[in-house]
Amino acid sequence: MNKTIIEAQEGWQLIDWKELLNHKDLFYFLVLRDVKVLYKQTVMGFTWAIIRPVFSMIVFTVVFGGLAKMSSDGVPYPIFSYTALLPWTYFATAMTKSTQSLIGNARVLSKIYFPRLIIPMTPVLAGLVDFTLACSVLGVMMGWYKIMPNSNIIFLPLLVILMILTASGVGMWLSALAIQYRDVGFAAQFFSQLLMYAAPVVWPATLIPEQYRLVYGLFPMAGVIEGFRSALINTNPMPWDFIFMGTISSVLMAITGAFYFRRMERVFADVA
Amino acid sequence: MPDVAISVQDLSKRYRIGLEEERHDTLLGAMSSWVKSPLSNFKSLRKLSSFKSEVESDDIIWAVKNMSFSVDQGEVLGVIGKNGAGKSTLLKILSRITEPTSGKVEVNGRLASLLEVGTGFHPELTGKENIFLNGTILGMTKKEIEKKYDEIVDFSEINKFINTPVKRYSSGMAMRLAFAVAAYLEPEILLIDEVLAVGDTAFQQKSIGKMGDIASAGRTVLFVTHNMSALASLCSRTILLDKGQIIDDGKTDVIIQKYFSLDENNGPTGKGEIFFETDVSNGGPFILHAMRTLDERGSIRDAYSSFEPITVEIEFSLKEEIKNLVVGFELKAELKLLIFRSFHNDKEEVFKFRNNSDHRYKLQAEIPGSLLNGGNYYLEPCATVFKKYWIFKDIPGLEINISFDVPNTDHTYVNGRPGLLSPILNWQQGN
Ligand SMILES: Nc1ncnc2c1ncn2[C@@H]1O[C@H](COP(=O)(O)OP(=O)(O)OP(=O)(O)O)[C@@H](O)[C@H]1O
Ligand SMILES: [Mg+2]
Repeated sequence: MNKTIIEAQEGWQLIDWKELLNHKDLFYFLVLRDVKVLYKQTVMGFTWAIIRPVFSMIVFTVVFGGLAKMSSDGVPYPIFSYTALLPWTYFATAMTKSTQSLIGNARVLSKIYFPRLIIPMTPVLAGLVDFTLACSVLGVMMGWYKIMPNSNIIFLPLLVILMILTASGVGMWLSALAIQYRDVGFAAQFFSQLLMYAAPVVWPATLIPEQYRLVYGLFPMAGVIEGFRSALINTNPMPWDFIFMGTISSVLMAITGAFYFRRMERVFADVA
Repeated sequence: MPDVAISVQDLSKRYRIGLEEERHDTLLGAMSSWVKSPLSNFKSLRKLSSFKSEVESDDIIWAVKNMSFSVDQGEVLGVIGKNGAGKSTLLKILSRITEPTSGKVEVNGRLASLLEVGTGFHPELTGKENIFLNGTILGMTKKEIEKKYDEIVDFSEINKFINTPVKRYSSGMAMRLAFAVAAYLEPEILLIDEVLAVGDTAFQQKSIGKMGDIASAGRTVLFVTHNMSALASLCSRTILLDKGQIIDDGKTDVIIQKYFSLDENNGPTGKGEIFFETDVSNGGPFILHAMRTLDERGSIRDAYSSFEPITVEIEFSLKEEIKNLVVGFELKAELKLLIFRSFHNDKEEVFKFRNNSDHRYKLQAEIPGSLLNGGNYYLEPCATVFKKYWIFKDIPGLEINISFDVPNTDHTYVNGRPGLLSPILNWQQGN
């Protein structure tokens, strides 16, 4: 018979993987809920997953590619920006949704117990459906522009994992903060828009001066975006310096995020 | 030693309730506080989760204070108390939704909690999808739900709508579905907070029956409720909470008496007559003035012999005419168990209520003699617009006391016979 002791807990807690594993079905149905509910009662349905990055691409192509004559590492500007928009749209959406996730599920949190970590992780996983759909458009564009991916494509899964890990770390931090300080929710909304211009989405990372590359690489999405471009549309060699620095900061953020989240989760139900 | 399912030792939980914000009467005051407010807001938000060495303060409340008790395996324990007594907080600690401030709980066995029905129901999802979502939220696995899926759907009685989004359900239907999922939870220990009050009466009855099954299946149950008759029928032992503390622990019927005596104006009043000062119809045209019971000679009394007929009188006036107004009363036994409800138009002698705000209507009905048993009964007036809605019902009414007597015999009975009623029937010998 299993025995549970309930006491006030002090200090920092590790992630309880066994408990998470026991709740994998719940995780599955929550992700399924997010995916199913997102485009309910829309005319376009899942087409929205494609419309958003495609329209951003069109606008960027006109403004930055056409008017501002932004360099695009030798590939056509539309595919240059679209390749970056894939991971970026995923990251920005996962970050804002994850930040709001605890607030949105406050009612459930105050009525039932389950490992709280599941909540901010749900949008991180659910976002992958949109991401995959949007990827198919890239395939079509590559056919159109007759661009072949190169052997670096074997590193693509690594980049996707780095992308998910980054979204998770940010999600854990911001969701735990936002449930107590609602400001964080508002801030995440518009920072994600500003942050896009800090990421090499509309401009190539080759514009970054050599001596600043390592520092800039601490922003994990820089490595992810430039990595996508390198593997899929042959812009530059794999930006390992970015990816290395990005992995360090992403792992750090995820670990500290998990600790912070676990420390704060005991008051979620009280402050929600 | 009977195995202990839950043992609670010296449990306390402190909350910060957040005091009223500062107010400013001058523009200057408001502006200067607006400039300063981010800092003070930050401080007050941070305080929500930290209590640094503060023991007593105006905005700290002990929702649970120094509670100790234990529950044996297979025991069904009732938990009662007034609003804010700390019942839900206790269940939240036991189910690990919130952490105690101090103290310790030991739980032996798989525990599930039902603090509300339909937690996590999503209106856009279909009934079927919600069964799986809600089921896993309550702690079932996908496999367990698949196995019980058909039974759940049958119990909810909404088979036809199972593939319809829940937002197209009536609220009662959604509740049924939610309760059905909960009813098939099979934990070793179940915590229930006030969830039986859903659906129509028939469904409530069914739910209470299901609860009884769970209880008799040897499951340990903690049951928080304000429904005294459900409590009495399900739990043999009950604890009574007040202001976060256990003030009594014992046999259910004794504790219920104590609960009613906690708050005198909670129970019925009057010596055979009660006057209503509050507006029972919430600003509606129905003004209830009084209710009384009269004996055969027309005097107001509150104690009767069981063979005496009792006349119930309801006095009211109408500010304006109410179409299809039906007035009646409910007779309830101890623990507010409903025995019957009677309406003035039961025999189709519909009285016409004129539109005259000065006129005091007095409706009378007679409860025949030799029907009630010995003991206390409660009479509560009620009024409804026929088949539309209740104007009022379940308001505190009159308490009457019956002493059980059978005329023409020498027997004496102290508390009457067992049973809610004790009618004297005509017995004959057949051929
Ligand atoms: N999250 C919270 N933050 C601050 N105070 C709270 C919180 N939750 C409950 N309280 C306070 O704790 C006290 C006990 O509340 P609780 O919900 O346990 O009462 P209850 O006995 O369940 O009442 P009811 O019969 O109305 O359901 C109340 O005074 C309430 O204001
Ligand atoms: Mg409660």
